[in-house]
Amino acid sequence: MSSLQSDMQDYKDLLSKYLETKDEAILYQAEQFSKQSIQQNISPDEIVNVHYQALKEIYPDLHEQIEGSFKFLIETMISYGLAYQEHQVLREKQIELKSEIGVAANMQNTLLKTSVPKTHAIDIGVKSVPAKEMNGDYHHFIKDEQGNVGVAVADVIGKGIPAAFCMSMIKFAMESFSENQIYPQWILDSLNRVVSRNVEQGMFVTMFYGLYDVYTHQFYYASAGHEPCFILRNETKEFEEIDAKGLLLGVESAVKYEQLNTSIHEGDLIVLLTDGVTECRVDGRFIEQEEVLNIIKEHEHLNSQEIVEHVFKYFERLQDFQLRDDFTLVVMKRNSSLSV
Amino acid sequence: MKETVSSVVIKKEWDIVGARQAGRQLSQELGFGSVDQARIATAISELARNIYLYAKEGEISFEELYDLPKVGLKIVARDKGPGINDLSAVMQDGYSTSGGLGAGLPGVKRLMDEFDLVSDEEGTKVTAIKWARP
Repeated sequence: MSSLQSDMQDYKDLLSKYLETKDEAILYQAEQFSKQSIQQNISPDEIVNVHYQALKEIYPDLHEQIEGSFKFLIETMISYGLAYQEHQVLREKQIELKSEIGVAANMQNTLLKTSVPKTHAIDIGVKSVPAKEMNGDYHHFIKDEQGNVGVAVADVIGKGIPAAFCMSMIKFAMESFSENQIYPQWILDSLNRVVSRNVEQGMFVTMFYGLYDVYTHQFYYASAGHEPCFILRNETKEFEEIDAKGLLLGVESAVKYEQLNTSIHEGDLIVLLTDGVTECRVDGRFIEQEEVLNIIKEHEHLNSQEIVEHVFKYFERLQDFQLRDDFTLVVMKRNSSLSV
Repeated sequence: MKETVSSVVIKKEWDIVGARQAGRQLSQELGFGSVDQARIATAISELARNIYLYAKEGEISFEELYDLPKVGLKIVARDKGPGINDLSAVMQDGYSTSGGLGAGLPGVKRLMDEFDLVSDEEGTKVTAIKWARP
């Protein structure tokens, strides 16, 4: 209370000086006073009263009607004061919730951790950044006993916490598969059963799954309604779209996925991505897929991790450093046999 | 501790004004400042409105508290309405204001220094006390 009284004295001094001089410097001090009052949780009705009391002290014979008008104003401000206090409480709660979501996001990162396999045949780079705290995109690598590399890129339709739960389920399902069963068709068939059994209607997952055979350099792939992926052919320097037919995971429990394969030559670059990359919006327009691919082509000579970092930096800047959608990009480049 | 009790019956919306008036007069006599008078009146409004809206009929009573050197005003709102099922919910911020009903019971609690709420099938009793700033 004593701090309010000393503030009250300050306010009175400021007010009387201002009424005398109409000095801008005093108005600036009044601004400081209001900021201080907010810090001390002083509500608006309290400020009106401070003004009223100060006025009475400066002009002891204040007109009765003016006095009455202030009482009227104080009465009117009481509910604003309450709303203000309530707002403070809700703000604190919001900070609390935010920190809880932060903890959940950290946990998600730990749960969904996947390490990039090291293999002499291909150089792999990956960048996955959530738009909000929880990531609705997912990528996963598997290396089988022979050293072949499986890679999954997925996107949950729907964002935030439910999407994150769904992703954790998919990851654990994938981990439970035996290391000898990593053909794309088999994986998607099995995952589809898991998703359609365990996820409520209305939540769908798209996934592109690829298997790189490090001996024959065949790339096997299947898609569950996911974005097409690409191969940048070293020979022609042209992108080739790779896509396979298949419904989104979770739509129907008995679905057979199509599996295709293609030969990967030295210096070829496989690009897997989510629609956060190809559908990122800037000033109301969608970025053309070509724009993404051009950036990749421009940096094609770098190693895979450097390529994905460059693409991400480019899009982050394009979107004013505020991602609208989760961003996941995986690049796999077949090493030339000379460099091994 | 010397006490004086008076009360106002709430039946019509107009009675809310009567309760405010009675509360204001008492708080003035007890030496409450103008902001506190306004706060007490607003708290009485909320309590009386709750009675009028949800219980249809009830009573607001006032008690002057002399716990010298402290002087205070105790407000008791009583009704025989349906009672409140989820007390924690109505005491949560944003519960009533989001519905545009006003400050609600959390508002009353903020406006006053002490607050208590009892509710069952027999009705609801809210007790709130404001101490005058010396």
